[in-house]
Amino acid sequence: MTDYIKDAIITGVGETFVMTFFASLFSYIVGMPLGVLLYSTTKGRILANRHVNLIVGFIVNITRSLPFLILLVLLIPFTRLIVGKSIGTTAAIVPLTIGAIPIVARMVESSLSEVQPGIIEAATSMGASPLYTILHFIIPEATPSLLQGGAINVATVLGYSAMAGVIGGGGLGAIALQYGYYRYEKEVLWTTVALLILMVMLIQEIGIRLAKKTRKN
Amino acid sequence: MSKVFELKNIYKTYRNDGKEFTALKDVTLDINEGEIFGIIGMSGAGKSTLVRTLNRLEEVNGGSVSFYGKDLAKLGARELSHVRHSISMIFQGFNLLNQRTVIQNVELSMRIIGMGRAQRRRKAMEMLEIVGLADKADSFPARLSGGQKQRVAIARALAVDPKVLLCDEATSALDPKITGEILDLLKKINRERDLTIVIITHEMSVIEKICDRVAIIDDGVLSEIGYVKDVFSNPKSKAAKKLVFPSNPFDPSGEDGKLIRIVFDGTQSSVPFIANLVEKTGLKVNILSANTKSVGGIGYGQMILELPQKEEYRKTITDFFTGSGLTVTEVN
Repeated sequence: MTDYIKDAIITGVGETFVMTFFASLFSYIVGMPLGVLLYSTTKGRILANRHVNLIVGFIVNITRSLPFLILLVLLIPFTRLIVGKSIGTTAAIVPLTIGAIPIVARMVESSLSEVQPGIIEAATSMGASPLYTILHFIIPEATPSLLQGGAINVATVLGYSAMAGVIGGGGLGAIALQYGYYRYEKEVLWTTVALLILMVMLIQEIGIRLAKKTRKN
Repeated sequence: MSKVFELKNIYKTYRNDGKEFTALKDVTLDINEGEIFGIIGMSGAGKSTLVRTLNRLEEVNGGSVSFYGKDLAKLGARELSHVRHSISMIFQGFNLLNQRTVIQNVELSMRIIGMGRAQRRRKAMEMLEIVGLADKADSFPARLSGGQKQRVAIARALAVDPKVLLCDEATSALDPKITGEILDLLKKINRERDLTIVIITHEMSVIEKICDRVAIIDDGVLSEIGYVKDVFSNPKSKAAKKLVFPSNPFDPSGEDGKLIRIVFDGTQSSVPFIANLVEKTGLKVNILSANTKSVGGIGYGQMILELPQKEEYRKTITDFFTGSGLTVTEVN
């Protein structure tokens, strides 16, 4: 492996981290409230609302069922509108975020659903408003599960970020594709793959440890 | 004595998959200030629904529920929230936050009413002292036993100085010894703080131990209501009889044998009736079963007796018991 490629790989690791970090962050900023909305508007829950639940659920399902590669291509004009360009690390963050939002939303919904209904009943009996109940009862109770789900989501975003290489996104995926695949440099291909696996394992490990540390039951 | 709750002709119906299920039918009752009011019934009788109408966790389909004269159904979200601050509730499953420490759990109810941090801490410690768990303040609920968890829930419920405490099968998940301790604690709080307590249970022993009055709910209908001592000594409805008198497992020795049940209503529990009977009439009866229980310190009891064959003897015996002030009923 030449020094040039080594440098490229090191930059690639950095870019992958940047893409994963920001896409995860932004997708939680949007996906978490969506997940809360999906959870709380379900029939029988504290903000039960059939219409909201149906509409949000529909949008989430549509975005989630699109293959990520297709979403990447479909979102090129949108990306250009937001960041002014459609290639590179920054540009890749946009489709990564959009692709991750529905996954985050469903994951959050499922974590919140694990909270015992009795706790919500207790909050209501104490005179807590629905919003207060969500913020101070449901979310704190679901935190360990949310963190565990978070680790899975971040690892998924990392996997998706490698795909962004196809349309000119940066990171390890682009290197694996350009040097490893198109130029038949097997060594580069395997190195990037190994690095990606390591990164996923690292994220999983951190997530699980965090969840374990916070779980008190 | 002012009325805390007034329930007038309440109905509650659930709709599930197009099928209707009536959980409460025309229930009317009052709960007085300072009393411990028990609501007993078999599971599925509607008692949990009934207690949930008291803080509007369940809306009623008909009739009205008033809290100190205020019709709950007419309250807006803010007023309802305010009313709920004076009606605390504890549950069978404790419903503590597992991810929060004991003291944080106790503080929750006070956070909701907007009490400041320092005051909250102080009050929470005070409440934990009362329930005897001050040393567990920084433990997590997972480290506590069931009885301790319920004590934390009681501390959380009382921290906001409510007027009423609703207990929904609060001791049903606990063993008899711990149940006794929790009931003693509730009784103590009732006396010291003049707190009105409403207890939902399926266990007669809970009613016997601490309730002043009891309502018996059977299949969504209020079948009997009254002072515990009256209901115990003279249950009128079928549901009450079933709860007060354990079913009789014995058959008469012969085909034409006759069994009767005599009931002591407390005042005569120290009188030796059977001995008196033998002495006065010379007739003998066979005691098949007997039990006594203490309700508020007074002994209540019942006996199942088999009477002799001769009709005239039977009459003499029943007359003797009725004449001595006992309630005599036939057992089939």
